[in-house]
This record gives sequence, structure tokens and C-alpha cells, in this order.
Amino acid sequence: MTDAGMLRFHVPEPEVRPGGAPDFSNVTIPKAGSVPRPEVDVDPRTIRDLAFSIIRVLNRSGEAVGPWAGLLSDDELLEGLRHMMTLRTFDARMQMAQRQGKTSFYMQHLGEEAVSCAFRKALAPGDMNFPTYRQAGLLIAGGYPMVTMMNQIYSNEADPLKGRQLPIMYSSKEHGFFSISGNLATQYIQAVGWAMASAISGDKRIAAGWIGDGSTAESDFHAALVFASTYKAPVVLNVVNNQWAISTFQGIARGGSGTFAARGLGFGIPALRVDGNDYLAVHAVAKWAVERARRNLGPTLVEYVTYRAGAHSTSDDPSAYRPKAESDAWPLGDPVIRLKNHLIHRGLWSDERHAQAEAEILDTVIAAQKEAENHGTLHSGNKPSIRDMFEGVYEEMPPHLRRQRQQAGV
Amino acid sequence: MPRKTMIEAIRDAMDVSMGRDEHVVVFGEDVGFFGGVFRCTQGLQAKYGSSRCFDAPINESGIVGAAIGMAAYGLRPCVEVQFADYVYPGYDQIVSEAARLRYRSNGDFTCPIVIRMPTGGGIFGGQTHSQSPEALFTHVSGLKVVVPSNPHDAKGLLISAIEDPDPVIFLEPKRLYNGPFDGHHERPVTPWSKHELGEVADGHYTVPLGRAAIRRAGAALTVLAYGTMVYVAAAAAEENGIDAEIIDLRTLLPLDLDTIVASVKKTGRCVVVHEATLTSGFGAELASLVQENCFYHLEAPVARVAGWDTPYPHAQEWDYFPGPARVGRALVAAMEA
Repeated sequence: MTDAGMLRFHVPEPEVRPGGAPDFSNVTIPKAGSVPRPEVDVDPRTIRDLAFSIIRVLNRSGEAVGPWAGLLSDDELLEGLRHMMTLRTFDARMQMAQRQGKTSFYMQHLGEEAVSCAFRKALAPGDMNFPTYRQAGLLIAGGYPMVTMMNQIYSNEADPLKGRQLPIMYSSKEHGFFSISGNLATQYIQAVGWAMASAISGDKRIAAGWIGDGSTAESDFHAALVFASTYKAPVVLNVVNNQWAISTFQGIARGGSGTFAARGLGFGIPALRVDGNDYLAVHAVAKWAVERARRNLGPTLVEYVTYRAGAHSTSDDPSAYRPKAESDAWPLGDPVIRLKNHLIHRGLWSDERHAQAEAEILDTVIAAQKEAENHGTLHSGNKPSIRDMFEGVYEEMPPHLRRQRQQAGV
Repeated sequence: MPRKTMIEAIRDAMDVSMGRDEHVVVFGEDVGFFGGVFRCTQGLQAKYGSSRCFDAPINESGIVGAAIGMAAYGLRPCVEVQFADYVYPGYDQIVSEAARLRYRSNGDFTCPIVIRMPTGGGIFGGQTHSQSPEALFTHVSGLKVVVPSNPHDAKGLLISAIEDPDPVIFLEPKRLYNGPFDGHHERPVTPWSKHELGEVADGHYTVPLGRAAIRRAGAALTVLAYGTMVYVAAAAAEENGIDAEIIDLRTLLPLDLDTIVASVKKTGRCVVVHEATLTSGFGAELASLVQENCFYHLEAPVARVAGWDTPYPHAQEWDYFPGPARVGRALVAAMEA
């Protein structure tokens, strides 16, 4: 027997901490257009490489290249840019509203706008998303009224959730957006269950589950993959890898060694990895996975490689754990600028039109904000009633809740 | 009227519900082809097909989480957790999701699911086949918690639970699956075929949730019990010659407080009996409610007989299980107080 020495405990550390120079030299970025596009009914065993590459469409010059390009019309691309810009403006205004004390809390999507905005356009009416708190692009791109989103954020008298939920925990069955829970990963297996139900019912609708890189460590991620694979559920399992789970870099959830996409392979689930800052690539991959589900070919796992450019939430200060300029150094760039450059390259857009669109969108968001604030904000104006606090725990209020409502004087 | 075991009654409830409503689906570990480790789902897959009754991977969070997603879609899943002792991996889904879905979405999404689980001891089940975790569910707003004590109720309550628009935790005392049990483990077990509550009507009927049943009318003392303890309490009262009013709560949440209060105001004495551990058990809630609502009618302190505050042991089964001797001593003490 050889003497192997004392055991040593291993804790992964990010490459760089505050004060250091951002370094993504270890992130391998394949050339745009270099990853093949298989048929949706491909034998999953033959496309294992796709879990270790990154599907990209837009190159450095803003051209759309390769087999995943060419799925969107000019109008759809222009609409996509508008959705992403709207989400970014919405975020900025709500972030400010939180700082002004109009609400208690907010979470931005900065840098991740392409993921939810482009995915939403690959779905059909009736499909159901099981989102996390960082996919509001599904609502923006799905035509959900911005004022209603703000009413929820302000917990005002027009809040569709009656002031019961923390800001941004939206719910809209009508818009295919499942009620958001604060408990991470729970929705991932629920998405699979919804998809199973659709298959049991002989329906045509499919589900999409959403999870972040950090939450893949939760047990329900595993549960979802087992169930999705066992029952060949018509579900797209999305992992948004934005490199950070609050202060914890993706290596703590064991990213970096293998990929999150590759987690699907052990369950026999085909897995794709895509440039999350490339609107065209996200849409093309989403469409592929959605079609697989729709054609009863089973689940697909998709990892969106992106970067959380903003703070985790309004309660977070990223400068305490990562370099300030790290988002600028992120090699996949900014999704809005990349699509903008593509549209300019195509002759469909210009810097002037972009500036004009920014101003228009800001006006629209401010108008919505004024309308929402007329219904009240968290600490001023009209509020949901105290009676609403006791309603909806059950369909019918049981006697003990009626007694407590009386005690509360309402 | 036909007599059935509790197992047959529970199976019958699922059969009737699946036959009436195509949205009812049944799944869990070993629930499909094999028909369940306690035979509660035997024949359902053959009758309704594997889309309606199927085996699940061994993952309680997965079973409950998938059921929640199905309910959000519009199905009515009735799922099984093989033993209540194994519900904990699914606890996050039950507490954080199933119980709160209606509330947090303001009714946009609802969760009409039933989670069946065999519960209770008295079978030499040791630590992980004997627990009674009902208090972990009665503390959760948004859940309903049901514990039947006989085949007639088991069928009617389970059909009610499946038809209920909200999530129901359905705890089945496995000690009662084949016959009533009063704690006299030295005597042979009487089968349900010899008991009047083994009479189970064919077809559809319901026993409403939220209503207790008075199993024995009495004037001297009120016993609040559920599950196996209903029979233990009855034996203890009989053996000590106490004219006890024995209330089988049947539903713990929402609780039938009116029946409890009316009884205690009549008798002036109350003993709460459950298998689950004492501290912060459901008995604490019952004792507190009786004290709040019946204080001026009470002739004696409200007493609790429960499992000891230890994990459920194996060899010491009958020193742990609150049997008729221990319950009897509490009844006598309450009468003498």
C-alpha cells in the first residue's frame, strides 16, 4: 500500500475576486455557426457533443451564420429587440422605484433579456411556463400588461395577487406563466407533472421548466429529470446559467467541470447548450426543443450560457464578491447590443432608430408606471383589503379562519 | 350491505372516483402493476390503463411535485407515499407549494390533490414504519388533514378528499387496514367482516370533511381521538366502567370544533389521545382549544395520552404505543381529579 498522504478538503473558488482583473480565458467559445443542427427526431445518443459546445448564430460582425440561422422574419427580429429593450427599461424603472421606497424588492434581468424573450416566441398559445423569478421576458414578450406587472410589484389595490406575494412573483395562467414560488427548483418537477398531465389527457400543449445554475443543486432538479425521462414528458427543461447564484459562483453547483446541459445525458435526455446572449440562437434552440416535445419525442434539456450583469436583487451588492467590470469582460457580450448590431448589419435598423426606440419605450414604461401608481404603491395610496388576507387559503373559508378574520376586526 | 376491509374500501373509493371522473389519476411507488405494497390500488391499472394508474420513481418530492403540476393542468391526482415516515422528502412540495398555490396565485392556479399515506404504529414497524406525522401537516395553512378509523369512513372520506378543491393529506392507520385494533395485541385480531363499520356501500357516497363522529355517547368524560386510538379509548373506557363520550375526529384540519365543545360542555372532562409524540403534537392544539372554549365547564385539567417523546422503537412496541391500560389510567385520573 502506498502512502497517499493526508486527505485534503476541496472548495472550488472563482478565478477572480473583487480587485482582480476579470478573466474568462478559461471559457471556450465556439465560433458562431459551427455547431450542427440535427433533426428533432435524432437519436439522442448521437448528439451528446451538443451538451459540451455552445450553439451560436450571431458572429462578431453581427451576421447570422450557420445551420441554426434564418428562422425569424425581419419583423420578428425587430419585435424581439423591442421586447428586450422593454424588459431592460422596465427593470431600470422598477429598480429605481424600489430605491424610492415605492416597493420593497425587485430583481433585474440585466444581460439575460434574450433568454426569456426569445424563448417565449417559440411557444404556442396554451403552452405553460414554470418560471423562476428571472424570466419576466416571458410576460413582456407574451403581451402581458405592463401595468398589471407593476400593480403586483407595488402590492396596490389593483394587484392581481391581492398583496399576498412578494414583488415579481407574478402569476398568469392565461399567459402561460405559472405562479412563481420563493422556494427554488420546486417548479421544475411541477413543469414535468403539467407536461405528463397534457400527455395523459391526449392534449397538444407542452410545458417549459425554468431553473438557474445554482438551483440545479436542489433535489427537485434531479426529480424533474428522472420523471421527465421516465415518462417521456413533453417538456423543455431550461437551465439559465448566468454564472452566479447570489454570491456563489457556478462552480459550487459544480458547473465548470462538465456542463449543466450534460446533466441531462445521464438520464437519456438530449441536451443542448446555447449562447444565452444570442436572441437568434436562443429562439432557434427553443423552437427545436419545443418541436421535439410537441411531436411526443420527449424532453430536452437546454443550458443557456449567459451572465448575470446586474446585482442578484435590490438587496444585493455584487462588488462584495466579484470584480466590478466582470460583466463588461463577459465574452458573449450584451444581448441587446448584439441583436441591434445584427439588425443594423441587415439594414433594418440604425443608431438613430435605436435611440428613438429607447425614448419611446421609456415613455411607454413611464406612462404604465404612472397608471400603476394611481392604484397605489406599497406604502402609499390604496391597498388590497385586510379581508383579502384571509381569502383564498381554501376555496371555502373554514370556521377557524372565519373566527380569526372576525378577531382581526374585518 | 357488503363488508369490506379498510384496504378494500380505500381501493373502492379510488375505483369509484376514477370511474366517475377521467381527471382522477393514481400513482406512487409500486402502485401500478403490483397494486401497492398494501394492495390498496390492486386492479386499478388493469381496469383504467397505465395512463390513469402507474408506478413512480422512488422520489417523494417528485411524486408530490408532479401531482401539483398535474393539478395545475386540471387533473385530480390521488398519489401515494408508501409510508407516512417517508413523506419528508416531499414536505417542501406539500408545505411550500401544494398548500399555498391557491393563496399565492389568488386562485389563478389550484391544487386539488390527495396524498395518501399509511400511518401509525402497533405493527412492530420500528422507527420508519410507525410514525404519525399529522401535526406536521395540521400546522400548515392551506392543507386539509384526514385520518379515517374504519372502512365506511375511509371510502366516504377518500371520495370527499378526491372531490375536494384543495390539497388533502389522507393518513391511513395501517394497523386498522385489516380490522379494528384496541391495543390488546395479545388477543387475535377481529376482521372488519365482524364489525358494523366494515359495512361499505357500493358505488358513490361521501363522508363530509370537517365533521367528527361520536362513536360512543357518554356523560362522564369526553375522549378526543382519531385512527387506532378510537378503539383503544373505547376499550379503556369499557374496562374501567367509565361512561365516556368518544369522539372520532376524522378530519383534523379543518376541525369540527362545535362537536368537541358541545361534548366537553356536557361532560366537563376531556382526555386527548393520539399515537404521535406528545410535545407540540396535535393534542396540544386540541387541549388548548378545549381550554379556551370550555374553561368554565371543566371539572378537571385536560389530559393528554400520547406516544412518548422518543423515536418509535421496535422491541419496546407495547411500552410505547398508548394502549388501553395507559389510556385507562388517564381516564380514571380525569374522573378522580
